[in-house]
Amino acid sequence: MKKNPIARLFSSVYGVLVFTFMYAPIVVLIVFSFNKLKSRGKWGGFTLDWYRALFENDTIMSALWNTLSIALLSSTIAIIVGTMAAIGIFFMNKHWRKVHMNVAYLPVMNADIVTGISLLLVFSVLGIRLGYVSLLLAHVTFNIPYVILSVMPKLQQLEWHTYEAAQDLGASPVQAFFKAVLPELMPGVVTGFLLAFTLSIDDFVISYFTAGAGVSTLSVTIYSMARKGIKPEINALSAIMFVTVLVLLLIINFRNNASQQKKLK
Amino acid sequence: MQKELIRLENIVKNYGETQILKGINLYINDSEFLTILGPSGCGKTTTLRVIGGFEQPTQGRVWFDGKEMTHVPPHKRQVNTVFQKYALFTHMNVFENVAFGLRLKKTPNDEVERRVNAMLDMVNLSGYGKRDATSLSGGEQQRVAIARALVNRPKVLLLDEPLGALDLKLRKEMQLELKTMQKQLGITFIYVTHDQEEALTMSDTVVVMNKGSIQQIGTPIDIYNEPKNAFVANFIGQSNIIPGVMNRDLEVTFDGHTFPCVDSGFGTETPVDVVVRPEDVQLVEEGRGQLSGIVESLIFKGVHYEMVVDTGSFHFLVQSTAAVQPGVRTDLLIAPDAIHIMKKGGAE
Repeated sequence: MKKNPIARLFSSVYGVLVFTFMYAPIVVLIVFSFNKLKSRGKWGGFTLDWYRALFENDTIMSALWNTLSIALLSSTIAIIVGTMAAIGIFFMNKHWRKVHMNVAYLPVMNADIVTGISLLLVFSVLGIRLGYVSLLLAHVTFNIPYVILSVMPKLQQLEWHTYEAAQDLGASPVQAFFKAVLPELMPGVVTGFLLAFTLSIDDFVISYFTAGAGVSTLSVTIYSMARKGIKPEINALSAIMFVTVLVLLLIINFRNNASQQKKLK
Repeated sequence: MQKELIRLENIVKNYGETQILKGINLYINDSEFLTILGPSGCGKTTTLRVIGGFEQPTQGRVWFDGKEMTHVPPHKRQVNTVFQKYALFTHMNVFENVAFGLRLKKTPNDEVERRVNAMLDMVNLSGYGKRDATSLSGGEQQRVAIARALVNRPKVLLLDEPLGALDLKLRKEMQLELKTMQKQLGITFIYVTHDQEEALTMSDTVVVMNKGSIQQIGTPIDIYNEPKNAFVANFIGQSNIIPGVMNRDLEVTFDGHTFPCVDSGFGTETPVDVVVRPEDVQLVEEGRGQLSGIVESLIFKGVHYEMVVDTGSFHFLVQSTAAVQPGVRTDLLIAPDAIHIMKKGGAE
């Protein structure tokens, strides 16, 4: 198909503009995380000093630990609860399924700040002290919908006769679930896990409201450090977070493509 | 002497307001090939699922080898099922699919290997073990499903329209193979289908169902020659079903003529339904038959011609190797043993 030269020009200009606006700031940030000078405008040569300083900073390291452990725990809990919820919703009648799916969607669409403040309220009403546990609960809460949404399509594709076939061949209902149903849902569960993990690392607003004074995640730490002025360490930290999330997103996309290709085959 | 293996006792199944099974009574012998035949929605699959344990009857009891099994879950029953849509485990290869039941029973590896390979040989899939279950054709997947069920050496194999998705030629081949397998293994097959030809070809016993009740149980020959009611007569092949009156034993009047017949025991002057198979109506020269009519249509069907003859009050379907052109007047002759009398009612 021959393309109109003007259309081609516009489409390439558009592409360049989009990528410039979206990625130029991040490129600048990453470049300056290797800058010897503290200055934000001048290049003083390559250094890894800021990364070193980062790993020697106790506040940042404990925030890193919190971020990773919360991401891991919350997404693990979320895939268990979310998969069970998805199966439950799947077997509801049409009306209730619709209601529950919309309820599941709501936190996805809802502004983070509303979710954050409402969770804060719930915690104080229930008398849960703000800290690691409240932070973890908050992350589990906003992760569950993403797991439901990624498991649901797999459930719809599932040939439920295999569940009966497994029982027919001598598996108890529980064995049949783990041996025949779960393996078929697994791609959806893994995608849900990766999404939840990424979103948990990525989250700032909800963590900011539910972490309390003692505990902090990376994003919250960066925010409080930045209020005192942007230090080059923050550039380094932000660069690491960006790369981590980017890698996770690439994995998710790669998995989706691979499963699509398998289906086409 | 045949041994009774399964007994269904007054099985009723309700789904909400609808009654799917209206009191099924059926016993199935050891090493029997029994087919449950009926149109879709007649309750045949539900009956099979009650035997497999996937449905709990609302009322009634299921007996297996003298023990009550009504509430025993599927995994504790000595039956295995071949499902309509194969239901293979797509995350396993062919070997592991077939080995599934044995692995659950913690069978030693060398025995699993031996039995699975022997079973794959039997269904003509030797060497397919490492293949992806989803990469096989429909016919091959069905063979895997059969092997997966039979490797557990069940006493009864349940088959839910297993050949429905296959093309005609493959279906005929598989029918013969299944029948051979059943004879070789000497186990009971309970086969569900809506295809009357399939039922007549393979079965020792045919159970005809309609609207949740059993219409007739019998050998294929009985079912074909002596249908109990108009539904069975219509469902098993094409039939002429003519309203008539049984004057007395061995004499029936229909379509304005009195015929000698071989049935008795209906009393005198009883309204009945008369069944005449299209291949049993002979077309003869004018003046030599019992009825007279005009040929309405003529279709070539391969082995025979199919004609519709209008006698003025009834349209007879006639199959014959000789053709009579449409518009031509002809006489019809029906032999006494070609006339089958049924009680009124039961017609759909």
